[in-house]
Amino acid sequence: MNLSRRAITLGGIATAAGTIAPFRAGRAQAKPKLKIGCLTDMSGPYKDLAGPGAAAAVHQALAEFGVAGKGFDVEVVVADHLNKPDVGTTVAREWFDRDGVDIIVEVANSGVALAVANVAKEKNKVYLNTGAATSDLTAAACNANTIHWVYDTYMLAQSTGGAMVKAGGDSWFFITADYAFGKALQRDTTEFVTGANGKVVGSVAYPFPGTTDFSSYLIQAQASGAKVLGMANAGTDTINTIKQAKEFGIKMQLAGLLLFLTDVHSLGLDVAQGIVLTDSFYWDMNDRARAFSDRFSAKVKGVRPTMVQAGVYSSTLHYLKAATAMGIEQAKKDGAATIARLKAMPTDDDCFGAGSIRADGRKIHPSYLWEVKKPSESKGPWDYYKPVATTPADKAFRPLDKGGCPLVKA
Amino acid sequence: MIMIFGIPGPLLFGQLLLGLINGAFYAMLSLGLAVIFGMLNIINFAHGALFMMGAFAAWMLLNYFDIGYFPALILAPLLVGAFGIFLEKTIISRLYKLDHLYGLLLTFGLSLVIEGLFRNGYGSSGMPYRIPSLLQGATDLGFMFMPNYRGWVVLAAFVVCTATWLIIEKTSLGATLRAATENAPLVQAFGVNVPRLITLTYGGGIALAAFAGVLAAPIYSVNPNMGSNFINTVFAVVVIGGMGSILGSIVTGFGLGVVEGLTKVFYPQASATVVFVVMVIVLLTRPRGLFGKAA
Repeated sequence: MNLSRRAITLGGIATAAGTIAPFRAGRAQAKPKLKIGCLTDMSGPYKDLAGPGAAAAVHQALAEFGVAGKGFDVEVVVADHLNKPDVGTTVAREWFDRDGVDIIVEVANSGVALAVANVAKEKNKVYLNTGAATSDLTAAACNANTIHWVYDTYMLAQSTGGAMVKAGGDSWFFITADYAFGKALQRDTTEFVTGANGKVVGSVAYPFPGTTDFSSYLIQAQASGAKVLGMANAGTDTINTIKQAKEFGIKMQLAGLLLFLTDVHSLGLDVAQGIVLTDSFYWDMNDRARAFSDRFSAKVKGVRPTMVQAGVYSSTLHYLKAATAMGIEQAKKDGAATIARLKAMPTDDDCFGAGSIRADGRKIHPSYLWEVKKPSESKGPWDYYKPVATTPADKAFRPLDKGGCPLVKA
Repeated sequence: MIMIFGIPGPLLFGQLLLGLINGAFYAMLSLGLAVIFGMLNIINFAHGALFMMGAFAAWMLLNYFDIGYFPALILAPLLVGAFGIFLEKTIISRLYKLDHLYGLLLTFGLSLVIEGLFRNGYGSSGMPYRIPSLLQGATDLGFMFMPNYRGWVVLAAFVVCTATWLIIEKTSLGATLRAATENAPLVQAFGVNVPRLITLTYGGGIALAAFAGVLAAPIYSVNPNMGSNFINTVFAVVVIGGMGSILGSIVTGFGLGVVEGLTKVFYPQASATVVFVVMVIVLLTRPRGLFGKAA
């Protein structure tokens, strides 16, 4: 109680000092301040793959950019969207309208992500999404205030789906989370499967969130006679699906359409071994990624960053560069102009290397197909993946003219 | 192949069996709730969190003390039950004289705190817990591939449910317990320590939840949210069975598991809702639940 009262008093003094300052010394003007909001899942199924690690990644980007010497301040606020679009939009509105937040980063969960994109557009702010999967963010739902950073359902579908069909998995059955993300992932994967002369023999959409038992769906999948089980879900749902598929002796090939490093960690290698998955970042993939991950793990003890957390670092860093280049006042005033500046500058960071951002808001970099190692192949903690294939940056995402984004001039 | 409503027979039988397995968890959890409500008049919303603690206790025993599954099946309920007794003694017992709603709010708050603490400590993706080697593998039943572990779950749940029912309905201890809920001062006058009886009953109900948690650990990942996924359905089970009815909660638990299993075949999107549809229908036609006694 004492503490909070003191904090309030100090806040009061600070505010008073702020208003008095201009009268006292005309030269010592208040530094401009950027306010970054990290909106993420702090308590639900995506907490480990984004959550507190994402917030830590924002702070890491600030520290490494070296805000201190640049003549402006940055404040970071963090909120939990509880995986509910209504909660997400409420927080976004409060941040933009009341709290003076200039940019929102992260936002795992496609449903929330699409809703927040609308708010960012309405308020003309900056929105850099890393955690959501739906490829609609750069298609029909694209806007001039949004960039989709790390991956999307098209990238996953092409890399994992395409590879599995090529390897002979030509008939599919989907177990799909019944919301925006699951549906988009199933839709995009179906396109690749049928495009490669494969077929989809069936699918079930299960209620999300709240489903823990997948055995019933697994038995249906087995009975369909399909060769590949497409898991169009994420987080704990995928973990439970894989565990139970193993338990029920499902003979189908498992396609982890969206599997994160933290999921594999939770499953353990003896259950997860052999699963093929797509990530655009893996902590051990090259020297720069390892260097970033070591710095990250020094702050967030005991874990390695996921691609979402790496994306938060990468997108925040790029934003800081662009905002500095165009002037902080200008960056605060006009979100769309800031996004245009972000798109005009090439990206480069330790996580994703050199890359670029397309007119439709799609950040471009290669995607990688990985296979989960056998326990005998793993040399230490978090040594989980071995590389299988790489899709080059220009092929990894949906062609610019195919998405139907209104920002793309024909 | 036999077709039933356009679904191949073997698939349908498989789903019925799976429904029964899930029903086993519903039955065990709702049984604990029914015991606690019937004896203490507390709507124990913390039940899901304590179920989760049972699973975590098993995981901790294995990872910190190298104690395997079968000892954990006994030890974890004892530990979590003791924790339940501590909660009852220190916090919950203060609310017995108040309206049900206070107990509900208190235990709901407790469950949020407990889950939050575990989420902070262990994250949300869950911990791996292996099926004990004795129960690994599966048996081919002809119409489906039945993991031995799931068979064990149904068996264990059935034995525990029957034992609990027998203790409460058929033994002198159970008779004393039931008498104490009817008229506590009179039972106390006969020299029975009623407050201690109530504390132990709460501990027993919690131990049941923890036992179910240990059974669930190898199937679902041991994760802080695992209880809250179950608890809403389990409350519906208790309401449908009749608040406080032991037999009602067992029968309804297994029954609703089967209903849910069938929904997963015919219209999977509704599988999370169907239990509540049943609840609405039952409440409209029999407000005291299927096995509830008249006032």
